[in-house]
Formats: sequence, structure tokens, C-alpha cells
Amino acid sequence: MLLIDCPYCGKRPEIEFSYGGEAHVARPADPQALSDDAWAAYLYLRSNPKGRHAERWRHTHGCARFFNAVRDTVSDFFVTTYKVGETPPAEAWPRAAE
Amino acid sequence: MPDAARVLPLDGIAPLIGPALTMTPLAPCMRLILRGRAAAAAAAAPALGMRLPVLACRSARTGERAALWLGPDEWLILAPADDPLAATLAAALAGVAHALVDVSHRQSGLSIAGSAAATVLNAGCPLDLDHTAFPIGMCTRTVLAKSEIVLWRTGALAFRVEAGRSFVPYVWQYLAEAGREFG
Repeated sequence: MLLIDCPYCGKRPEIEFSYGGEAHVARPADPQALSDDAWAAYLYLRSNPKGRHAERWRHTHGCARFFNAVRDTVSDFFVTTYKVGETPPAEAWPRAAE
Repeated sequence: MPDAARVLPLDGIAPLIGPALTMTPLAPCMRLILRGRAAAAAAAAPALGMRLPVLACRSARTGERAALWLGPDEWLILAPADDPLAATLAAALAGVAHALVDVSHRQSGLSIAGSAAATVLNAGCPLDLDHTAFPIGMCTRTVLAKSEIVLWRTGALAFRVEAGRSFVPYVWQYLAEAGREFG
């Protein structure tokens, strides 16, 4: 079984977790100022990369906490996991430096 | 109006007692969920008579009271049914940001013990229950087949399982079925 390294509980089986979508999608500070296209892009457009992807996960049947992970969408390999509010190591997820 | 009598989910079920596996429904007890940060944990300690565990997936006990770490800001506190803890804890926590909820009737428990206990639990629970990975005193929320449970290792060969009230008969039957080969 695939083990996911929860930043709070350590390595735990995959079926305890649930996926929470792409991470680091920042809500615009002033939505009123946005055009419809920009707002729709915030709501619906995701990066969908082939390769490393920063995403939110929740340890639903464990500590129940959300955390972030960098996962390779090709191999399903979890490169790293880190707590909400932390920045991933640049070597794990190059986009963090942008 | 007739008196309302409390019906437990495992009422009428006899304990399973075998050479390698013993399963017993647990009597009603007090269960509290405390949510809060370090300040709340510190304020709760004198009322509890012990410090809340801060290490992930560890428990603390004093007398018949126990506190189980469920999350970085969440503890399950177990105490005897007649323990006045809920009121004293609420008083001790007044003025500190926290959430204290009595979930005594939300869930129910069973104990499973014996040399086959870990094997039987592993029929539905994916955790590594070896002593090196799951020592005595370790506790965690996890899954058992289709049910979410709280699993607590109370002894070398003894576990306590807590599950939502309506899931308890399922958990019991699942474990009993898995334990058939151990008598």
C-alpha cells in the first residue's frame, strides 16, 4: 500500500487520506476588482501538470489535518509533504521560487 | 411517560473468550473531545490531573482517566461515567479559547486482547501493529474496513477500539468474523 508521510502523524496508509485539490491557489485579495475572466480563472483553472504537482491532502481518518504535498502525477511518487503555511523545498517543487 | 432507558449498541452480545482472542463490549464511560491550542492544553492539565500528550499519537493516563492525542489540537479524554470531569474541565478552561464537547453517547467501545488481537485487527486495519511501530500507549484515529475507529494499544496484547455508535455492531461483527479462525 502507498504510504503518505503526514507532517503530524508520520507515514500512514493511503486510504486514510483524501485529496484536496491543487495547493497554493491564492484567493484574490479584492475579487470585486477582477474581470469575469480573471475570476473564472481563479475559480476553475488549475495547472494540471504532467510531473510534479503541489496539492492539498487531508489526513481524514487520522489527525484530520490538511497539509500540502508535492506529488509526481506520472509516477504517483510523493516527493515531499509539508504543513499548511510552509513553503516546499525549492528542489522538490521548482515553482515555489516563482 | 415511561422512563427512557439507554440502549447500548452491543447490548445482549456476549464477550468472545478464546485462547488467543478475547473481545469484550465496554461499559458506558465519559468521553470528551477537547480542541484547543497549547494554552487550552495547559489550562486543562490541573483539572485533568495530568498533562495532555503533545507527541503525535500518544496517550497519557492517570487513575481511570486517559487522554488520547487525536490531532495537534484535538484530544479524546476518557473517564468513568460518573466522573465530574466535564464540569471541572469547563470551569478550568473558562476564558481560554477551546471547544469541549461531551461525546459519551456518540461512540462506543470494545476491548480486544490476546495473542491474535493484532492479527485480527489487521484483517481490516492497514496500520503496522508491530510493537516497534505501534507501542503500548499509542493511539490514533484510523480505519477498520468501512468504519473509522480510534485504536489505542492499552497493553502488549490488548487494544481498545472506539467507533461511532452506529458503526459498533459492524466493527464487532467484522472482528468476530476475522477472529473465527482463532477460536
